[in-house]
Order: sequence, then structure tokens, then C-alpha cells
Amino acid sequence: MSALAPGQAVLSAHGLGKRFGSRVALRDVSFDAHAGERIAVIGPNGAGKTTLLSILAGVERPSEGAVQCGSHEQEAGAAHGARSPLAARRPERGLRLAIGWAPQEPALYSKLSVAENLRLFARLEGVADPEAAVARMLEQSGLGERSDERVERLSGGNRQRVNVAISLLCDPGAVLLDEPSSALDPGQRERLWGFVGRLASRGTCVVFSTHIVAEAASFAERVLVLDRGDLRFDGAPAELAARGGGGDFEAAFVSFLAASEQPA
Amino acid sequence: MRWLLAKDLRILARSRLLVGVLVVYPVAIALLIGFAISRSPAKPRVAIVDETPPGATIELGGSRVGVSEYTDELFGQVQVVRVPTRAAAVAKVSSGDAIAAIVIPPDIVAKISSGVSQGEVEVIYNGDALQQSIVRSSIDSALAQANLALSRQIKSVAVRDMGLLLAGGQLGVLGASQEIIGLAHIAPTLRGVAARTPPGADRATLTRIAGFAAFAARNLGIAKDVLTTVSQPIAARSTLLHGRRTPLSDFAVVVAVSISLMLLCVLLAAGGIALEREEHTLARLIRRAPGATRPARALVSREQLLAGKALLAAGAAFLVALAMLLGVSAFVALQASRVGVWALALAAGALAFGALGVAIGALAREVRAASLLGFLVVLPLAFLALVPSGSIAGGLYAAIEVISFVFPYKSALQALDAAVNGSSPGVAISIVHLLGLTLLFGALARVGLRSAE
Repeated sequence: MSALAPGQAVLSAHGLGKRFGSRVALRDVSFDAHAGERIAVIGPNGAGKTTLLSILAGVERPSEGAVQCGSHEQEAGAAHGARSPLAARRPERGLRLAIGWAPQEPALYSKLSVAENLRLFARLEGVADPEAAVARMLEQSGLGERSDERVERLSGGNRQRVNVAISLLCDPGAVLLDEPSSALDPGQRERLWGFVGRLASRGTCVVFSTHIVAEAASFAERVLVLDRGDLRFDGAPAELAARGGGGDFEAAFVSFLAASEQPA
Repeated sequence: MRWLLAKDLRILARSRLLVGVLVVYPVAIALLIGFAISRSPAKPRVAIVDETPPGATIELGGSRVGVSEYTDELFGQVQVVRVPTRAAAVAKVSSGDAIAAIVIPPDIVAKISSGVSQGEVEVIYNGDALQQSIVRSSIDSALAQANLALSRQIKSVAVRDMGLLLAGGQLGVLGASQEIIGLAHIAPTLRGVAARTPPGADRATLTRIAGFAAFAARNLGIAKDVLTTVSQPIAARSTLLHGRRTPLSDFAVVVAVSISLMLLCVLLAAGGIALEREEHTLARLIRRAPGATRPARALVSREQLLAGKALLAAGAAFLVALAMLLGVSAFVALQASRVGVWALALAAGALAFGALGVAIGALAREVRAASLLGFLVVLPLAFLALVPSGSIAGGLYAAIEVISFVFPYKSALQALDAAVNGSSPGVAISIVHLLGLTLLFGALARVGLRSAE
């Protein structure tokens, strides 16, 4: 299969687990993500948010389970770099099966300019027309006027915009943003979430982690709650708020976590 | 991989201070080491108090040896600061103006001339244990040289007098010249007289005396040879087992260039890998996510990344080192016709150092840490490789040999020495060793880079 069937998930996690020695960081996490969805991954520190996104992005290998991106699947224990016959087949033009990833710390070369960073990763990604991709991302990220400026001279917010822009160079079907707003001031956050909203409206599935749970309520239409490696909740923010006793989303989230820790 | 190389070159070009330091620092260190190795130690600055009367001579038998024969030799070994008195000499040493003082007393002439007592000079020195050791060594060496010169003079006089005793001739005593018969002439003369003497007690006595004179003449001849031998009992004859004799200055060039090659290569390679971690780009480059255009493949494989960084560092260091060699060859007589072999040795060394560098860089998360680790690893390697066998305990030297074998510096030094100076072991053996080490450290770097963050 090389095309997405209607309703088919852009990204699927099947029973994902991750152990670091004897410590279990993630346990049996499964979910599907669809085109245009905005999914927030929230949870207390050490819940496994970054581990989940790292596995989805292919930075970490799962100890158990598999990640499926459209027709391409990466399983636990599969040798990195091994290509299945399906995976080896190039997708048809216009299909968006790749996964973009923007790590929590901007992964950029500070001595290179904004455009040079974008151009380098476009070439490494094998994008058919790197210059067009760079121009598109400069326009979408609003960094066109600063394209020749070295990254080391940019503010934290603008670096994060370049970081996200790089993750979108190959026009992915899904993009993973790890704590994208953590180093931003309120104005920069507004611009970032506006950008994310436009991405989703164009059909890109956006999965982001955040420790600011109010952002999940405001900008996500679906929330995954992780706690100590377990997926405790998968649903709409309003539903989570209701389960947590209603009212303020953050307070409801804390109540939900406290309730889920109590034995049944 | 070419895009990564182009990116690294661009970053290097924009880090001029870093590149300047990376090039200038190793070259400066290398030149200092090379200079230190190739130059003889400077003559120590020594205060001399010469209390002997001007023109004093040592009288041996009927001959005289000038005291200046001794002092000139002594003064030639040191940088002389003449002072009039012992107190002035002590002041010079105390102030650090001279590292030591030598006081030559006025009675030295009489003592040596007496033939029964030893002449004595006083050495005054100061400083910490290291300085004391250096001063003692320098002064002892200078005194030994002066003693040898005086001994040669005394031997020369003694041999001349013994020759006179043996062969006879003109002997000057108190300004008057006198003809003496030599021992060698006494025996035949007495035998002639004895032959003309009637048989009896007188003839027998003359014959016995003639026999003794012949015996004495023979032994005096041997004594002359013995005296020559005793004055310098051992002379050195050198045999070099392998290769050709390498002048110290040529070896110093090789040391300087190989240290530059190692420092530059290791620091660049280690820094290059560590930079990817520091900028958080490593994970982005090597993640293996299913993608639209490269399903389940990393943008850059770990092997490509390591090879790229090692090759870039090796290439840059190779060019700097080759330029150094060519530049130095304008001043030191190196065989420029062997430039192809130089390049081969440099390339093999650069590859091994590049692999060592990426292995070090794979362990570090920051460029500064990688640079520090690089220095900590490579500087001792250079010093260990220069420790000569026999200068330390056997067990310790064996340990140094093992360390030198598993790290590339000594092999690179040997390869370059063989390429430049034709020394042993040959270039081929060292290059094979270096290529083996390249694979070893490349594999270690791959293991070290297992984690993306």
C-alpha cells in the first residue's frame, strides 16, 4: 500500500514500551494519529513524554511494540536502516507519509544562517527542490527577512521557529514537537501556536508535548496523558476536564492524576 | 555526505579564531619541542675566581705545563663571568646572576707540581633540587673536560721525557743543555765493553748490567704505550643496526611535524563530533524515522558521520603538516625528492589521528570537553613516544611500549621518520600499523556514538 486510505492513521503506535535498564520509561502505549489532528502529550515530569516522542521520531528504538507511519513500520528489535520492500518503495508524488521532528532544544548549526540551516537539511532529507522548500518554510515561519542572519544571533523564539521549520521541510504527514513553547515568552508562544494551527489546517497531524497543561486545552483537540510511562487518558480536553472534576483545566488535570493513582 | 562536509568547512571558515588557534597552537608547540630537542643546552653562566698567579706553570720533571691549559678548557665549557674574589662569586650565585661559581685557589699549581697531592677547585652553587642537579651535572662535565685536557698535557710531557730516557738526547736542566745516553743505547754499549773485557768478575758484572739495561729499555717502551692507553682507556666505535644515522635536527623536524599533525587532527575531529551533540543536531541527523523520501533511513548514518569528520580533520591536518615539512625543508637539508613518501606517511598518520579524534569526540557532549579530553590523551602520548629505551626501568618502558603500540603517535612518528630520514622500521610496517589503528578507533567511535543524545 502506498497511499493513505480514507480514515487511515498518519501515525500509529502499537503497544510501545521502553526500558532503560531496569527502569520502565514507557509501558504498552497505543494510539492512532490522523491527518490534521492536534494532539497534546501531557504529564508530570518523568512521565515519558520525551521518550514517547523520541520513539515516534525514530531517535530511540522501542523495547516493545512498533510505530507505523502510513505504510512504513518500524518494529522493536528491527535493525536500524533495514528497509522492508514496502519501505523501499518511494511514495507517489503528493503523498505525505514522513514524520517531522522538532526536538526540545533547537537542533541547529549556530554558525550557519537561517537559510543555510534550512537548505542543508532539505538536501540531507533528499527534498526534490531544496530551494523551493527553503523559500516555503521561510515564508511559513515568517523568517524571510532574517534568512541570512546567523542562528547564533537569533532570539530563543526565532530559533524555535527555525527548529520547527526544519521539521516541516519534507512536508511531513505528521510532525512531532517536543516542548516547543518551553523557552518562549507569551508573545512568541502565541505566534508558535498560530503557526501550528495553520499547519493542522493544511492537513498536517501535529503531536506536541508540553508541561504547560493549559496549552493542551487551548491548542489541542486531543490529549494523551502519560504518567510514569502509562497512558492514562486519550481523549478530548473537555472530557479530561470533566473526569477531573470540571472547572480549571490545570486543576482538573491534577485531580485526574491524583484519582488515577488511587487503587480502584 | 558532501553536504555535511561543505557545512563543516563553512562552519570552520566562520570560526576563524578557533581555526587560528587550532593551527597556530599545535605548530607553536611542535616548533618549541623541535627547537628544544635539536638545540644543545646553552653553556651555564658560571662565576670564575682565578687566584693563580698570571702565567703560572705546573712543573713536571724538567718540563712545564701552563695552568692556562686547564683553565682555558674549563672556561670553554661555561659562560665565564670573571670575579675578583670568592665573596664576589658567592654574591653572583646568591643573586642568581650565575648558576654556580668555581674558585681556582693559588696553591693548585704547587699541589699538582708536587706529584703527591691532588689539585682542588671549589664549586659554589645554589637553587632547588632540580637546579642543583643541573648545575652539578654541568660543572662536573666541564671539570671532567678540563681534567682530561690537563691529563693529555701531562701525559704528553711524560711520554716525551720517557722517550728521552729511552732513546737519549739533549736534556735541559736549569737552562743548561746536557747530552744524555738513552736506556736503549746502554745495553749494546755495555755488551761491547764487556766483549773487550777479559773474562772474569768484571766482565760478568758488565754482562749482568747490560742485561738489566736491555730489560729496562724494553719495559720503558711498553710503559709509554701503557701511559697513552691509560690516559684515554676506552674509545667508542659506533655501529648503527638499522637505517641510516639521523641528525638530531632532522629528527626534531619529524617530531615537530608529527605532533602538529596529531594535535590538529585529533582536536578537529573530536570537536567536529562533539559540535553535533552540543548543537543537538546529532539526533536529527541520525534518527531513523519512516519518511516520505527516505523510509526508515537516517539522514546520515553514524558511519558516514564519523568518516566525514575524521576525513575532514585528516585532510586539514595533512595539508598543514605537509606545508610545515615543505617549509622546513627550505632550512634543513631534507630529501625533498621523497615528498611522495612523506605524503603517504602523513596521510596514514592523519587517518589514524582522525579516527582517534572521533573516538574521543564521541565520548564528549561539548566541544570544550572534547578539546580538553583530546589534549589530555595526546600530549602524554607524544612525551611517552620520545622516552628512549634504557633511560627508565625495564618494566615501565615495557608499559610505555604497550601504550605507544595501541595509540597512533609512535607509529606515525616512525612512519614519518622513515619517510623523511630513511630510519628503521620502514614506512610500510608503520603504515600498516596505522591503518589497523584507524579501524580500531573507528570501531570504538562507532560504539561511543551509539547514543544520539
